[in-house]
Amino acid sequence: MGASSTLLMVSHGHCLLCFSCLVTLIAHFESHLKPFLFFLSISLSLSFRRLSVSVLMGLRLPSKVLEHIISFIDANEDRNSVSLVCKSWFETERRTRRKVFVGNCYAVTPAAVARRFPKMRSLTLKGKPHFADYNLVPDGWGGYAWPWIEAMAAKTPSLEEVRLKRMVVTDECLEKIAASFKDFKVLVLTSCEGFSTDGLAAIAATCRNLRELELRECIVEDLGGDWLSYFPETLTSLVSLDFSCLDSEVKLSDLERLVSRSPNLKSLKLNRAVALDGLESLLRRAPQLVELGTGSFSDDLDQEALSKLAKAFAALKQLKCLSGLWDVLPEYIPLLYSVCPRLTSLNLSYATVQMPDLVDLLSRCSKLQKLWVMDLIEDKGLKAVASCCKELRELRVFPSGADLDETDVALTEQGLVSVSEGCPKLESVLYFCVQFTNTALVTIARNRPNFRCFRLCVMEPFAPDYRTQKPLDEGFKAIVERCKDLQRLSVSGLLTDKAFEYIGKHAKKLGMLSVAFAGDSDLMLHHLLSGCESLKKLEIRDCPFGDAALLENAAKLETMRSLWMSSCFVSFDACKILSQKMPRLNVEVIDEHPPETRPESSPVERIYIYRTVAGPRLDMPEFVWTIHKTPEIGVSNLAIKHCCGRFTFHTLYLISILFPLRC
Amino acid sequence: MNGFRDVCSSSGPVMIGVPPADEDEDENAALSSEDSSCPDQSVSGTEAELDLALGLSIGLNSRRNHSKVRSSLSSLSSSSSSLTRESGTKRSADSSVAASKGHVAVGWPPLRTYRINSLVNQAKSLANEDGLSSDIQKYTTKNGVVATKKDDARFIKSSKTPMLVKVTMDGVIIGRKIDLNALDSYQGLAKTLEHMFFQIPSSVANTQGCRTIKETNASELLDGSSEYIITYQDKDEDWMLVGDVPWQMFLGSVKRMRIMRTSSETGVGKYGFLYIVKATLFQIVQMMVRRDKRRQEQT
Repeated sequence: MGASSTLLMVSHGHCLLCFSCLVTLIAHFESHLKPFLFFLSISLSLSFRRLSVSVLMGLRLPSKVLEHIISFIDANEDRNSVSLVCKSWFETERRTRRKVFVGNCYAVTPAAVARRFPKMRSLTLKGKPHFADYNLVPDGWGGYAWPWIEAMAAKTPSLEEVRLKRMVVTDECLEKIAASFKDFKVLVLTSCEGFSTDGLAAIAATCRNLRELELRECIVEDLGGDWLSYFPETLTSLVSLDFSCLDSEVKLSDLERLVSRSPNLKSLKLNRAVALDGLESLLRRAPQLVELGTGSFSDDLDQEALSKLAKAFAALKQLKCLSGLWDVLPEYIPLLYSVCPRLTSLNLSYATVQMPDLVDLLSRCSKLQKLWVMDLIEDKGLKAVASCCKELRELRVFPSGADLDETDVALTEQGLVSVSEGCPKLESVLYFCVQFTNTALVTIARNRPNFRCFRLCVMEPFAPDYRTQKPLDEGFKAIVERCKDLQRLSVSGLLTDKAFEYIGKHAKKLGMLSVAFAGDSDLMLHHLLSGCESLKKLEIRDCPFGDAALLENAAKLETMRSLWMSSCFVSFDACKILSQKMPRLNVEVIDEHPPETRPESSPVERIYIYRTVAGPRLDMPEFVWTIHKTPEIGVSNLAIKHCCGRFTFHTLYLISILFPLRC
Repeated sequence: MNGFRDVCSSSGPVMIGVPPADEDEDENAALSSEDSSCPDQSVSGTEAELDLALGLSIGLNSRRNHSKVRSSLSSLSSSSSSLTRESGTKRSADSSVAASKGHVAVGWPPLRTYRINSLVNQAKSLANEDGLSSDIQKYTTKNGVVATKKDDARFIKSSKTPMLVKVTMDGVIIGRKIDLNALDSYQGLAKTLEHMFFQIPSSVANTQGCRTIKETNASELLDGSSEYIITYQDKDEDWMLVGDVPWQMFLGSVKRMRIMRTSSETGVGKYGFLYIVKATLFQIVQMMVRRDKRRQEQT
């Protein structure tokens, strides 16, 4: 409708009105950018009749106007498209981009990013490869946040938000953030490590406008709970606080005061050390909470305390997300009944709730969209979920280790089948199961073709379909054939090359694939690399493929973000050839033995290949070997620790400052 | 780096379960024949199961007597005699053997370290209450899940796990961390600290100013003849002078360290004055640079 009104304005020569219509259009149609840009250029050409056609494509469009238009565009993919149109659009876009996302911190240098986006307000970085979560990447591999923080502190001191995932963050980084960014607001660290509670104290004490401080599953050196008391009395802007991964106890009075003076507090995730009485007093002070992560839920409470806690929970009228619930005792589950009808997200993956109580709880959560549980839920629990939680979009079932001793496994493939039948909106699944069948996978695919993310982990490697003893090829074939929008897939169980042929043929939108203990030969990798068009991240462990497939599909690797292979049969020779062939790939060999000491054809332990414009990195430890591009040099081992890099940087910095004085 | 090899080779290019003592060449030769074999599912005859040491399979053996191993693997096992074969029913023996040989498939099943730690902690805390917890414990040890980075089952198993200790210095804004396990004596410690804090004054230069630090020798630091002394905070939260106790005892009790100035006058004084002068000079320089930049941007 907007389009037709704009055309009308244009035909009447009302340029200004046309322009305002255009602007409102942009504000609505962010994702349909390309056709819109085309339309924009046409309408502009019609309205500004005096301008010649060659000038149309935005070259002479006043930069202020262009800037204003582009500032409405939020999504980074759209902004990337905008920056490819022409030089002036590139310049305008880069000056207005506020949220920068770098998926691999070694793909580009921090200085380049800081230079390109001077008005950056939010930076999101990812460091180590995904398999680092499972201890496959040795300590010291890299992913240091320091060079980024340092570069941003120097070039973009108005940075307000930093979100890091799988990076090594030190206390120096945190102190630098606190000291350099005056208006710092948001710090979210997911699966990070390398810092202690001293760093948190620095952030708490110095960032006067801090809004969010979230530590999600980080490994923190816990030096005590007094970091919380460093929040000044003047800090009232807190919106989100998550310290659930810390161990030591924080002073309850400090926490209570902090919560009382934060009227905007929406999300509070406590650690295990906060007991139930503490929880009660906090909930009393923050009835506006939208997300709550409780502490330990297992103290002995008398009747009065119980009723007070029940009242506190009932007062949480806006609560949507609930997590924590460590060690929850069955008799305390009814306390949660009052919040269940409004809950959209429930994380019971650390709660030792068993069957009948689980069903009682979940049957009251009719609006639930996201559910994380342990396999204590069993098939009957999942059947209940399928009948009660019709809005369910994401389901994760984690192993608890409880049923390995029994002959009757209580959680089987049937659970997932019933959920796929009963929940029409289900699109994301992570399911740990002991065994699976092809028919179950086929049924699931038929029921639920709208999967975006399907991660099945059959916990026993090489486990075939337990009824027919066949590989799970047909099952996964059904999944990739039916689920046209599948973006993320993890396969497991017994799989032959055929499975990967199907994946290569059908999974056209697949962005991330994880494979373990599967395949027969090189064909497997060849199918994947030549077939999956949208593949961005591929991670493989313990699969029997070798050099040929990798070298044949070398060109594909530059279209992907990264490829991880461990315990496969890729030889060092192949790595060298690959690196020479593809100059913009970093081929990192992570191996304890120096490659010179073993025959060139022997397999290397781990390889991590990623595309980069930054060249080989300088902060590698001794066990990481990057292949030099010139064959004569061979392998170089540049093990400059990042702190030494800092020394040289500072000396050079000082020299560069002094120089202009002389000229 | 010994631990590295153990863990790496157990999940190395050879299928898991092969003892690390094997020769690499044998394994590769055996495995290369695997590529051409077509995958069958069941292997008749032996109930042999490769010591996958995942323990996961061990729990299910009673139900499944067909091998969970592909024929290619069992051909590997037949060709390589040193592979261990365990009958599936001897669960406890398997787990103990598996644990003793350290055959652990690193990172399988794929659960985050944080979650595994949490499970283990929960098991410990509910040790006497629930049958569930003991299952969790059994699960984590049986499956050889490589749990935490904190305890000894680290990826890089070595006696020299990095022991990072924070060092702050009077007058320096940002503290540093040093790895005490990489050093072997007080001399090494003093040298490292000298290198970190004294040799390059601009190393901690920031907008708040840089400090002139008098050239100090490592030996001077240790014997107290320089202006600075090194102190450390031990487990009892007392601040002690470094150098009094034997090195190993020091390693065991140190929590953090601090380099203190011993001059009685703080701030003002000969060095205080120089500090102020240098700080102001630096500020001026910074201002001029910023002004130039702003001018450049405006044009």
